[in-house]
Amino acid sequence: MYSEKYQESLAAVAAKRRENIAMEPRRMTAEEKETLLRTYHPDYKEEEFSTLAIGPNKGDKVPHELCEMLHSHSRINAESVDLCAPDYECDVLVIGGGGAGCAAAIEADCSGASVMVVTKLRMGDANTMMAEGGIQAADKPNDSPAIHFVDAFGGGHFAAKRELLAKLVCDAPDAIKWLSDLGVEFDKEADGTMVTTHGGGTSRKRMHAAKDYSGAEIMRTLRDEVLNREIPVVDFTAAIELVLDENGRAAGAVLMNMETEELLLVKAKTVIIATGGAGRMHYQGFPTSNHYGATADGLVLGYRAGAALLYAETLQYHPTGAAHPEQIFGALVTEKVRSLGAKLVNSKGEVFMHPLETRDVTAASIIRECSDRDMGLETTGGKAVWLDTPMIEEIGGEGTIEKRIPAMMRMFEKYGIDIRKEPILVYPTLHYQNGGLDIDVNGMTPNVENLFVAGEAVGGIHGKNRLMGNSLLDIIVFGRNAGINAAKAARGTSVGKLSLSHVAAFEKEISDAGIVTEQKSPKLLPDYRRKVN
Amino acid sequence: MEKTVNIFLFGKKYAVPENLTIMTAMEYAGYQLVRGCGCRNGFCGACATIYRIKGERELHACLACQTTVEEGMYIATLPFFPLIKQVYDINEIPVNEQVMMQLYPEIYACVGCNACTKACTQELNVMQYIAYAQRGDFASCAEESFDCVMCGVCSSRCPAGISHPQVAMLARRINGKYLAPGCGHLEERVREVNEGSFNELIEALMEKPVEELKELYNTRDIEK
Repeated sequence: MYSEKYQESLAAVAAKRRENIAMEPRRMTAEEKETLLRTYHPDYKEEEFSTLAIGPNKGDKVPHELCEMLHSHSRINAESVDLCAPDYECDVLVIGGGGAGCAAAIEADCSGASVMVVTKLRMGDANTMMAEGGIQAADKPNDSPAIHFVDAFGGGHFAAKRELLAKLVCDAPDAIKWLSDLGVEFDKEADGTMVTTHGGGTSRKRMHAAKDYSGAEIMRTLRDEVLNREIPVVDFTAAIELVLDENGRAAGAVLMNMETEELLLVKAKTVIIATGGAGRMHYQGFPTSNHYGATADGLVLGYRAGAALLYAETLQYHPTGAAHPEQIFGALVTEKVRSLGAKLVNSKGEVFMHPLETRDVTAASIIRECSDRDMGLETTGGKAVWLDTPMIEEIGGEGTIEKRIPAMMRMFEKYGIDIRKEPILVYPTLHYQNGGLDIDVNGMTPNVENLFVAGEAVGGIHGKNRLMGNSLLDIIVFGRNAGINAAKAARGTSVGKLSLSHVAAFEKEISDAGIVTEQKSPKLLPDYRRKVN
Repeated sequence: MEKTVNIFLFGKKYAVPENLTIMTAMEYAGYQLVRGCGCRNGFCGACATIYRIKGERELHACLACQTTVEEGMYIATLPFFPLIKQVYDINEIPVNEQVMMQLYPEIYACVGCNACTKACTQELNVMQYIAYAQRGDFASCAEESFDCVMCGVCSSRCPAGISHPQVAMLARRINGKYLAPGCGHLEERVREVNEGSFNELIEALMEKPVEELKELYNTRDIEK
């Protein structure tokens, strides 16, 4: 249900729909994309970044909100924690119960290690659960891992660590097979051929999906498998500091019960950080498509222990966040909507770009349309453009939307909008942390031995922008990889005396740098309570 | 001044702006949520909630993040429900109705009251998918239950003690692993990768100067 003020524009969109469907918009040249990004993409707004004064990335720029967390005090007093009586002991400690954490836990368990998962909310409360569109893998005859490599390397502005990207694309088909063997229900033709589509920036149709619940279907299956394996999961418990041993190797974590604030200690031979993303940091004031706990905790934990960040200054703003109604402001409208044929149109009903440019380019183009070109529509949260969903039914036939993107249909239906008949209003939303902790091809941080990282907390796999469908892929490929290698490393490790001296040293760095703050980190949860007084 | 409505959180009255969801209304009222809040977008089932409108008899179930507040709403969240999840080895289970009899025999005690379906926050036909599971028709059970977010409200209303979301989870895994058609091109590609068929191509890309990769990327052929 759209109010009167949208009717004129809606009529223009409907009137041009036929013509817009038939039109194949030109793709931008490399130069056009470059200029567009520099002018309109949030990553290029210099005033939104500050310089790190301490730690391994001293001198680097990161968003203000992340800088504040990295410049904050520990939640614990390092001297007051008794390191002699761990509450838990295991070979492999997995911090985070999302897709990467569960994939790591399953593989470490398969390798014979004793594994434990800690997660600050429930297992499965993760961005993985909310990934809608799909997962890439070059498994069709006209495709190859090499083509996948070029798409992803270019889409990430030629900045990915090549050995990580090569692993991502080469292990992709096996990741799909692994999931399939666990029982994940991919969309298939009657003969078993995978139903695949394009994503922004792909040159082959290699997006595999489970309707538009792709991440949810993967996440619930992995969670079920973790439970079947009876791997201990300690939920509603956050890791708030890593523990090292006297030799500087990762050897556990200090945990905090989210409800009682009780502190607990885990001693482990190896540690995997799989804490996910940072949407709830609301960089530059953007709304987010991320789950409630996406607060960059792992980056803070790792950084304090001496692990370096890579590309932490690059964030992904998903071009199509819901802009209306306000109850779902910032919620993800999957890229699959565009994969299935819907185009972006402005207030006059004009198609202003090719719908399958990469996400950063598309987001910048929408921002341009809504700012300098003044072709956006007013919503309660700011300007927005149309995503013309009825095109999907015209192109794919009646029933396509219900079959392929039922979650999207349901989300808008609740507010009286039938996306089969009416377009929807969208604007970029904070979606993905491109950067994160630096790892080698085994998933281990180069600076801290026995500290592994997997999933969105890693930086460098995708470079400075990520293609749709490569994140669900990376949590599986690098989650499994971290699990296998952490279990292997655990076999050759005997843990020395536990230590939190790195926390005390970090506190000294804060004070030596003259940073004055009351803030503590990691953030753990955003605070959305109404501010009174 | 924005228009407000009166709602009752666990019986206590609060006036909140009418355009909020139950979840944001709780935050507006001053709750810092820890339980009962996950993805905030209708995918994770963390925020199962039951409510009754003052003066009406019907009990409603919903996801707090997906439901706008209404005047006179009496709200109780259901952040956890003790579902029964049976442990099994996906590689060893029988792929017929035996598996349901072994793991979830209570589904055969369904009395057909349809309370599960009426309570479903996703508007699924829950009783129907349980009927499919009873018959060992896992493909239909998987299809009918696909949009389940495992919030557990159905089970909270079930007189037979069925853990519907877990039954459906098992059916979907069986369907995905055993009943869906196998994928030839996937098997073939995994074999090729394992044999090293792409090693040379990938190694070449690893060494290429960035300028050449840019050229490759900018002139690549894009499938229609």
